[in-house]
Amino acid sequence: MMDFIMANAPALLIAVPMLGAFALPLVGRLGDTPRNGWILAVTLITAIIAALLAWTVLTGGPVLYTFGAASSSDAIPADSGGIPIRIIFTVDAMSAFMALFAAFVGFITCLYSVASERLSSGKDGYYALMLLLLVGILGMVTTGDLFNFFVFLEINSLAGAALVAYRIDKGVSVEAALKYGFLSTLAGLMVLYAIGLLYGQYDSLNMAVIASRMSYTMLDKVALALLIAGLALKAGAVPLHFWTPDAYSMAPAAVTAFLVVASQAGLYGLFRVLFSVYGLTLNYVTVGWAVIILGVLSMVVGVTMAIPQKDVKRLMAYHAVSQSGYMLLGVGVGLVVLGDAAAMDAFGRTAMEGGIFHIVNHAMYKGLLFLTAGAIFLQTGTRNLNKMGGLGHSMKWTMLFFIIGALAIAGIPPFNGFASKLMIYESVFAFSPVIAVIAMVVSILTLASFVKVFHAIFMGPQQPKYADVIEVPRPMLVAMGALALLTILMGIFPEQIVSTVIAPAANALIDQSAYVATVFGGV
Amino acid sequence: MIENVPYFCAGILVIIGLVVIVTKKDMIKMVMGLALVEAGVNLLLVATGFISGGVAPIFTNAPSTAMVMPTVQAMTLTNIVIGIATTALLLSFVMVISKKYGTRDVTEMRRLKE
Repeated sequence: MMDFIMANAPALLIAVPMLGAFALPLVGRLGDTPRNGWILAVTLITAIIAALLAWTVLTGGPVLYTFGAASSSDAIPADSGGIPIRIIFTVDAMSAFMALFAAFVGFITCLYSVASERLSSGKDGYYALMLLLLVGILGMVTTGDLFNFFVFLEINSLAGAALVAYRIDKGVSVEAALKYGFLSTLAGLMVLYAIGLLYGQYDSLNMAVIASRMSYTMLDKVALALLIAGLALKAGAVPLHFWTPDAYSMAPAAVTAFLVVASQAGLYGLFRVLFSVYGLTLNYVTVGWAVIILGVLSMVVGVTMAIPQKDVKRLMAYHAVSQSGYMLLGVGVGLVVLGDAAAMDAFGRTAMEGGIFHIVNHAMYKGLLFLTAGAIFLQTGTRNLNKMGGLGHSMKWTMLFFIIGALAIAGIPPFNGFASKLMIYESVFAFSPVIAVIAMVVSILTLASFVKVFHAIFMGPQQPKYADVIEVPRPMLVAMGALALLTILMGIFPEQIVSTVIAPAANALIDQSAYVATVFGGV
Repeated sequence: MIENVPYFCAGILVIIGLVVIVTKKDMIKMVMGLALVEAGVNLLLVATGFISGGVAPIFTNAPSTAMVMPTVQAMTLTNIVIGIATTALLLSFVMVISKKYGTRDVTEMRRLKE
């Protein structure tokens, strides 16, 4: 049994939540308790499989899984002329790392939903879509096949859009969902166009095969531009960020926390294409600078748009755009020095580790912040900062979790945001002091913005209209508490996490030949 | 030259679709524009697998070994199915919006910004 799970972990990672999603309408007929048990069991099992897979990858190197082959490591059939013809999942350290925390956030958000959506109708569809969104994210980060990547991208977009529209709310959230669904589909089609261009030239959809044959022709440049535009749109980077504030603010809180991870899967796709598919053949200095400029724009525009917002979730959504800029900045610096081994060792590697570390940190503290905002909305019925106040008297735990999340996003020690931001500051300073200063200023503005929000929501005398507001139910507190605990633990022990998980992930991106060898090594 | 015509047509379809999306204000027409972009991408995919004089890729009793590429056809079929799902979902969103707002004009969608 255990051997079976270990041998088929990449397939089970997709199959378990998909089975869970399609069985939900049946399980849901049994009532609320069986449905809650089912959804929590499915997401927990998925998270355990992801953890097992990550452990396998970190101890034994990348895992190759070939669908439909007699042996899962048999990527290239003897009579195929050296072309892998089956769908192949290539799970290296970067994929395993993304899959692990995506599955974890999936479990946490479902746990939160059990309490926060307990009074809503249509729960079968809601949880089925949550599981399908999880399938989309896990598929995107584990697949080694470009067309397969596109299919999971579409699953991700459709499930995400339907979830944003879940609470119709006089049509406003449907408007946000239409925007999100429309732009995601357009992004998906751009990616597919690029895949068509690549397939026409290299006769393969496998990323490793394309990487080994990449000659960087004019058509490849067009494909690269389409891929960057499509995936940056999916990741919500400025200037393609306009769907993020609407979708993030209108979706139910648990969905928003999960959508953050869905966007990061787009970011993962961008990094995978840049490093593993194009790699050194790329004009990496120019493209690296383009990624850095995207990052700096996201940081600055995101935070300046966040400051005047009055809707608490909209404000947090702009901060999410701003934080994704740090990830692009860190990895972009790594891309610029990709061909320069000395600079890579001096600061490039640290910058990439900082950027990748920030991805998981962001998923933790931003998820936490969105969940606290959802808790406040659930108990007060408003998201408007001007109408809130004095909630610190009645929602003490939520206040504590909000403080942890806010200090982490502002990069205050000892929380995890500080650890990754420090790595980014130090390495980027060696690269370009001006950009490092901009990054620090953005952090200060983030802190200022969250101090204001904290004051508006929790401080002041208890207001009569919120006199009967009580703390949220326990599953929501447990979900928020788990994220808060990780936010603190990852801030106290950053070195251990970086050396065990983050550094292998950064190496997996930098070392393109190892990625290619994973597929061809099975000959 | 003549063998490149499908690629040009694919490009033109995509551009027409994008122009429709940017210039039209009716949401249903914008979704139609998206469907045009999708048709262009499908045409590009199918065109890359075409061989002049090729037969269907079924090996049993095949009259010749010049066969069209089946992979891109499978990809196109997949994308058609995905496209139907996407279009249906987006059109259902448009239905809800036009019921709640009483309009399908994007320039009158101001509720989110307030």
